[in-house]
Amino acid sequence: MGAQLRVYKRRIRAITATKKITKAMEMIAASRIVKAQRKVAASMPYATELTRAVTAVATGSNTKHALTTEAEQPTRAAILLITSDRGLAGGYSSNAIKQAERLTERLRAEGKEVDTYIVGRKGVAYFGFRERKVADSWTGFTDSPAYDDAKRVAGPLIEAIQLDTAEGGVDELHVVYTEFVSMMTQNAVDGRMLPLSLDKAEEETGAKGEILPLFDFEPSAEDVLDALLPRYVESRIYNALLQSAASEHAARRRAMKSATDNAGDLIKSLSRLANAARQAEITQEISEIVGGASAMADATAGSDK
Amino acid sequence: MAAELHVELVAADRNVWSGEATLVVARTTSGDIGVMPGHQPLLGVLESGPVTIRTSEGNTVVAAVHGGFISFADNKLSLLTEIAELADEIDVQRAERALERAKAEADAVAERRADVRLRAVTG
Repeated sequence: MGAQLRVYKRRIRAITATKKITKAMEMIAASRIVKAQRKVAASMPYATELTRAVTAVATGSNTKHALTTEAEQPTRAAILLITSDRGLAGGYSSNAIKQAERLTERLRAEGKEVDTYIVGRKGVAYFGFRERKVADSWTGFTDSPAYDDAKRVAGPLIEAIQLDTAEGGVDELHVVYTEFVSMMTQNAVDGRMLPLSLDKAEEETGAKGEILPLFDFEPSAEDVLDALLPRYVESRIYNALLQSAASEHAARRRAMKSATDNAGDLIKSLSRLANAARQAEITQEISEIVGGASAMADATAGSDK
Repeated sequence: MAAELHVELVAADRNVWSGEATLVVARTTSGDIGVMPGHQPLLGVLESGPVTIRTSEGNTVVAAVHGGFISFADNKLSLLTEIAELADEIDVQRAERALERAKAEADAVAERRADVRLRAVTG
């Protein structure tokens, strides 16, 4: 076998192995999207009912609460950035990070300090590499977040927002996550979670325009609101985590699909080259044999004379 | 047909039970409360404890809930809980083991959780 042909063969073998891996990852991601989507759907009833309840208390009583009133002079904001633990998902993490950077820029322009909270190893690595300050970070569950994970993330955030700004607390809480629109479309979006704006909360659940009855609060409106709002934040974060997980799998599936397609194309063109090399080798061998034979024939014909 | 109310028992990550009922008894922070059709709109904070739902077919569904909210309006009752388990989903032996372990470790929260589970099963 010629040297050229051997090089082609080796490359084809290597790419075939890579293709098998990317194909497997594509299929794993595809099956996980469905699971993740189902989890998003399963968490919806709770989120919807909770939002309804929050809206009911906030509109049905004159209670003022730290989590619903806007500070007159907001000086510090917290951003929760949700990225993935693992790479190989195309632009998934970097899109979310870019979105967070834009939001940070905007908040800074408004004169607010920004505390960053991060979910996912990719975001942590990005900030760590640039030696930027991270208020808190969580890793290890972005593939399939459980409600407990959302609680763990929400805890310090709720604490920070309840603290006075002078003592290191924050006035606003923004979340940057990747919204799952469809299998093909996922958008990195940012949204303000706290202080709560009721119009937005209603929009999200599609409960706009619904007239809520006057509720009887047990034990009291303040206590109910106190108990409701942290749960509401947890549920919103849980929803953001689940959507991000679904988006991550969708992004990974797409990235792996194009990697598999590229590997296929590469194998095809390399096979063509290998075939041409083999043919060239054969042609050369034949012409060498023919040339040799005719030279021999010429030589014997000459010696006869 | 007796008056009915629609009940949705939802946990954070799933819909646990939904259907028609004639009476729902749950424990709020200020005591047990029974809700029947036509009750005044209500929003309350739940304690961890068993919730009893008398369905319109006359059966009784018991669930262990660990904190959450009860909200009732327009003959629709929603029980929102972080964790909710129907009595027939609860593994009694596991709950008993958890209770013993919690007692041994003096973990009050875990003990209460296991206790609520067991009470939901035994009724």
